[in-house]
Amino acid sequence: MNSIAFVLLSILTLAAALATATLQKLMHATLSFAVTLVGVAALFFLLGAEFVGLVLVFVYIGAVAVLIVFTILLTRRDVGKDRGANWGGAFLAVAVFGGLTWAILETQSVAIVAPHLRTLTVKRIGEALMTSYVWPLQCVGVLLTAALIGALVLVMEEKR
Amino acid sequence: MINPSIDGFLHPYVSTSIDQIFVNGKQWLLSWLTFAPGWVVQIASSLLSIIALLFVFLSLFALMSVLERKILGRIQNRYGPNRVGPFGLLQPVADGIKMLIKEDIVPARADKFVHFLAPILIAAAAIVVLGVIPYGRNMTPFTIDGGILFFFAAGSTTELAVFMAGWGSNNKFSMLGAMRAIAQMISYELPLIITVLPVVMVVGSLVPDRIVAAQAGYTFGLVPHWFVFKPWGATAFLLFFVSGLVESNRTPFDVPEGESEIVAGHMTEYSGFKYATFFLAEYIGMFAITGLATTLFLGGWHSPVQVLEFIPSYVWFFAKLSALLFVYIWLRGTLPRTRIDQIMNFAWKFMLPMSFACVISAAVWYYAGRGLRGWLWSFFVIAVVYSALSMLLDTQRKFAPRTYRFAE
Amino acid sequence: MTPTLQIFLVVSAALFSTGLLAALSRRHAIFILIGIEMMLAAANLNFIAFWRFSPQPQPPTGVMIAIFSIAIAAAEAAVGLALVIAVYRHYRTTNVDHLDQLKG
Repeated sequence: MNSIAFVLLSILTLAAALATATLQKLMHATLSFAVTLVGVAALFFLLGAEFVGLVLVFVYIGAVAVLIVFTILLTRRDVGKDRGANWGGAFLAVAVFGGLTWAILETQSVAIVAPHLRTLTVKRIGEALMTSYVWPLQCVGVLLTAALIGALVLVMEEKR
Repeated sequence: MINPSIDGFLHPYVSTSIDQIFVNGKQWLLSWLTFAPGWVVQIASSLLSIIALLFVFLSLFALMSVLERKILGRIQNRYGPNRVGPFGLLQPVADGIKMLIKEDIVPARADKFVHFLAPILIAAAAIVVLGVIPYGRNMTPFTIDGGILFFFAAGSTTELAVFMAGWGSNNKFSMLGAMRAIAQMISYELPLIITVLPVVMVVGSLVPDRIVAAQAGYTFGLVPHWFVFKPWGATAFLLFFVSGLVESNRTPFDVPEGESEIVAGHMTEYSGFKYATFFLAEYIGMFAITGLATTLFLGGWHSPVQVLEFIPSYVWFFAKLSALLFVYIWLRGTLPRTRIDQIMNFAWKFMLPMSFACVISAAVWYYAGRGLRGWLWSFFVIAVVYSALSMLLDTQRKFAPRTYRFAE
Repeated sequence: MTPTLQIFLVVSAALFSTGLLAALSRRHAIFILIGIEMMLAAANLNFIAFWRFSPQPQPPTGVMIAIFSIAIAAAEAAVGLALVIAVYRHYRTTNVDHLDQLKG
């Protein structure tokens, strides 16, 4: 695993995430959210899960980011500026981060290096999806259909 | 002799020296670097592929921009540009110089960062997807395990870039054009991807090299085993082709850039070189989609008959690409523009059910034995769905004899 | 220096806290949703990191969980954004500080 790539990618991801949380102009914050997701997808590639990285780019950036942008445009009355981070939220976030990092650094069993990986091909993921995970697959299908119908019903104009 | 292990067939007519000339050339260039560490050789290899790719496709873009205008001119019974070089073929040079020396106007209240970044992102997304298409035997620039998924994932970032262009211009026409463009692109992404699904199902792999290898072989040396000659493949090819037209914002689906309606849509506030970048991105997107259509349905770099295999594989690939591009230009010169609601209706009510029918039809073909019986059953499935759709969707139109009203 | 599992977990914890910061300190409803999506992405990173660093050969359980989590997050984002639009149509504001009455 390439350490230079890891350092650069984590810096990119965390900087973009911080920009998302603190930028005042809404559109800039949304676009830096997209950059954060690209960084996370690249980290997935580094970890050897390329299929998940591609699915993340496809679903999150191709669909969810576009949805968010459309919604910002459709609810436009007070768009433009939003207050960035405030002190209470910042304190809580730093406290959570501190707690998690202390817990991680205390655990000695996670200070390990990556073992050699048998390449995870799409074929193995497909086989796993169709044999061990077929019930979750069908449930996710039903969930997505329900979400689609629910979102449509919520947004449809009421017939007068 | 070509190594038959990837597609299992013998190719007695292929001449290895001409066919693999670019592969051998690249290996020769890399042999100068045997002293360097492994990662330098890897980076050099990728750089060589990228440079070759950019060279080929940017020249093809320049050539196509003048050929399109000449062919459109001939369809409209006039000459195209014919002043600049022999037969007007140096016109791209003149166009390039003109675009470069134009003043770059940015609106005063536009968001400068987003406005600047949008054309770069669109062009980058279009060029990046060219890396996974097999251009000849052993001539794929980058082999990724989820190649087709990479193509669609990188292509879907185009939508966000179109939105950035529209919003960053701070112009109502741009915003409206961008929203229409994104609505159109999202609606047609579904048929685009679902029609690829039968091919992936039958081949069993997402790697474009394997998909091309699965279309090798000829029946009686004459009829190739391309997927376009199966019933589900023909339908899927037509649907993919139309979806590709829409994704590239070409006439008859060029509502986002129709000059008579919305000025230039999301590209209104761009001048000079940035407009040329949008233009470049649209054409390279077109090359990428037609390249993928050739790979998936038309057999990639295989030749149509076995005796013609002495013609190198990359020549066949670009010949098929050019044929599809000619059909694109032909459609642009012939068909009028459709309305945005007609486009959306067509996508959701017709193309989506037909693409699901393709998937079912491919499964039927696969399991009914792939010979005549499978062919007939899969054709039957598609015919049933098509007739049902045409009966259900055509209820509004009543054709009456035409009446004329004259001013009396 | 190859990255250990601890470094990956610290990065994912930082991403999670940034998502928490976005969800807690923003006033626009959509930004709270963006913060939640970021927290989900951080959790996915955790799953994949643990799958990668566990003794191989390993069935792709972490990868499966991440795939399903992405699908569910997309569904939740769609419904959440539809809710924001519906609320905007009724109250004409997306500022969550002003949405403080149960009366419709």
